[in-house]
Amino acid sequence: MSIVVDKDKCNACETCVSSCPFDAIEMKDDKAFINEYCNECKACLEVCPEGAIKEVKIPEPRAQSTEHRQKLQDYKGVWIFAEQREKKVTAVSHELLGIGRKLADELQTGLSAVLLGADESEAKELVKWGADKVYLCEDPALEKFNDDTYTEVLSKLIKEHKPSIVLSGATPIGRSFIPRVAARLRTGLTADCTSLEIDKETKNLLQVRPAFGGNIMATILCPDHRPQMATVRPRVMKKGEYDGSRTGDIIKVAADGLTSRTKVLESVKEVSEISVNLHEADIIVAGGRGVGGEKGFKLLEELAQVLGGSVGASRAAVDEKWIPYSHQVGQTGKTVNPKLYIACGISGAVQHLVGMQSSDVIVAINKNPEAPIFSVATYGIVGDLFEIIPMLTKQIKEAKGL
Amino acid sequence: MDIIVCIKQVPDTAEIKIDPKTNTLMREGVPSIINPFDLNAVEEALQIRDSLGDGKVTVLTMGPPQAESALREAISMGADEAVLLSDRAFAGADTWATSYTLARAIKQLGADIVFCGKQAIDGDTAQVGPETAEFLNIPHVAYVKKVEEVQKDSIRVQRLMDEGYDVVESTVPVLLTVVKELNVPRMPSLKGKMAAKKTEIKKMGMAEIGADENDLGMKGSPTQVRNIFAPQFKTERRMLDGTPEEQVNFLVKELKESQCL
Ligand SMILES: Cc1cc2nc3c(=O)[nH]c(=O)nc-3n(C[C@H](O)[C@H](O)[C@H](O)COP(=O)(O)OP(=O)(O)OC[C@H]3O[C@@H](n4cnc5c(N)ncnc54)[C@H](O)[C@@H]3O)c2cc1C
Ligand SMILES: Nc1ncnc2c1ncn2[C@@H]1O[C@H](COP(=O)(O)O)[C@@H](O)[C@H]1O
Repeated sequence: MSIVVDKDKCNACETCVSSCPFDAIEMKDDKAFINEYCNECKACLEVCPEGAIKEVKIPEPRAQSTEHRQKLQDYKGVWIFAEQREKKVTAVSHELLGIGRKLADELQTGLSAVLLGADESEAKELVKWGADKVYLCEDPALEKFNDDTYTEVLSKLIKEHKPSIVLSGATPIGRSFIPRVAARLRTGLTADCTSLEIDKETKNLLQVRPAFGGNIMATILCPDHRPQMATVRPRVMKKGEYDGSRTGDIIKVAADGLTSRTKVLESVKEVSEISVNLHEADIIVAGGRGVGGEKGFKLLEELAQVLGGSVGASRAAVDEKWIPYSHQVGQTGKTVNPKLYIACGISGAVQHLVGMQSSDVIVAINKNPEAPIFSVATYGIVGDLFEIIPMLTKQIKEAKGL
Repeated sequence: MDIIVCIKQVPDTAEIKIDPKTNTLMREGVPSIINPFDLNAVEEALQIRDSLGDGKVTVLTMGPPQAESALREAISMGADEAVLLSDRAFAGADTWATSYTLARAIKQLGADIVFCGKQAIDGDTAQVGPETAEFLNIPHVAYVKKVEEVQKDSIRVQRLMDEGYDVVESTVPVLLTVVKELNVPRMPSLKGKMAAKKTEIKKMGMAEIGADENDLGMKGSPTQVRNIFAPQFKTERRMLDGTPEEQVNFLVKELKESQCL
């Protein structure tokens, strides 16, 4: 495919020029001209009021030989990388098994997990969370995370068993070593995905991710290389279903002579109680610039306390230093998914919405009836938070008989 | 110790807005800046050079000809040399092809430490650093928040993790990707600005890095952008009415019924 301008139709209105995320459209001789930076993202197609920009079929530049196509057919199955810390599988692995199961069922293929540096008991848990097979390497050299050793073992397993899809958490671990694996295997990797689907027609993996600071979403494909690899944003996918009676195969993998050029000398824990709670919390009371200062956050804390919840914040409140970064919700903060999210004095910028929009119930309290936060609100209250919140705290106290 | 810092010129995404009618980016008037994390990388490189008192800092970018201004800005901060990787064949590269291209250049230039930003704020992938290290066949440490000690054949750094940080020791040569907690980037100096005007920028293309067209740019990229669209959210928008008191009453009743309380 290629994007072209129909010069007869183009009336030089320049609408397309600024719509291009890649700076690939310029004006040349009073007509729009598509330069070599075009990524074929098709954003401009819908923008042109004259319908002068079109997609045309050209002899596929990437068209691959039938022999190559055949080779791609050898890749089967969905794999997830199951991350462990201190030999315990982390929550993101359960989420990966949730989405992995869905993709595998749709492709009518198996779901396998790769677990490095933990024990068989944890591998068995992965089966109960949805894996058909677990490749387990118990080598103590893998207990601590090192890019060299993890890359070596995972790349080898992929080369040997040829999965079609490999998913990992978009965590500090996944985002550090999975790119090395992709580079080594000469395949594509899509970072920090928030949605994954199978293309009905081609069976390719459609990988959706935010870009440009969360301002737009992009669907990424890896059509001519295998495996199709993606890191997946934590807390976005639903966990798999836990079934204590599920059975599966645990395949022990030996890894001898592992060496690493990096060495972890020490692991220092530095989390405040609250930031851990934010991920796990059923109820979050979040504040933004409208909260006005540390004093305002005290009101939020009181409400959170009677609710048994945690306090979150918008970036504006964090930038003002009213509350530490570990509380930030959104594109560059945490993704949360509580039963109840109460947004106080938050306008509802896209970068905030992406981090909390999947909460079950959203309450928005804002002075401005036009604030975008109301568009996602299950209950919207237009009003002054300094009046509403103390009232709410008092009533909830009473309702709970506190 | 010779240090190469990979920097990228990006649109300032804080200034980007979505056109609500067409659901596309409005880039008009959006300034181009050096990717903020890359400024931390430049700063750290300069500090290491100055504390060891030997070696040079080279800034490297792959991009269109106008990316030269980003290189000059880095020189005005104090970098010694600058290299621009520019070629039509490089256009449309994904992280695989970008890393491959950067690595070919770095191999030719030679470096003991390679610095990258944690991620570029346009693509937000955080993949170019680790992939470049793989192509160079050197170790890397991602999310570095502190450089504790630099020695001839080893380096000790702190790596940010989900629940704190790891102290990691690596052999040298090494590639580090850095987060903003690392340092506060300096402003360009007057002397630096003068140097920036005079410094000759080395240019390299496909021939100079000795790469095959099929491994570069869009041709060499395993991933493709299928389409882009504006983020979509569920729309509930249910506004309460009445006095503040009545609204709060209603809300508490509803929350109780839906078992949120
Ligand atoms: C690359 C990038 C990444 C970002 N990442 C994030 C992120 O992770 N998380 C995030 O939150 N943001 C993020 N942002 C910032 C985001 O775009 C917004 O700037 C930010 O969310 C705004 O915060 P706010 O809603 O608290 O402040 P504002 O937009 O200033 O809104 C304050 C609101 O409070 C209301 N208000 C004022 N006083 C009262 C009162 N007394 N009672 C009731 N309401 C009142 C106002 O009506 C207003 O709607 C990011 C931006 C960029 C460019
Ligand atoms: N075109 C480029 N030229 C030079 N360095 C780059 C380029 N793209 C990415 N980088 C480096 O890789 C880091 C991560 O970028 P990314 O993987 O695109 O998020 C950036 O902070 C830069 O240090």
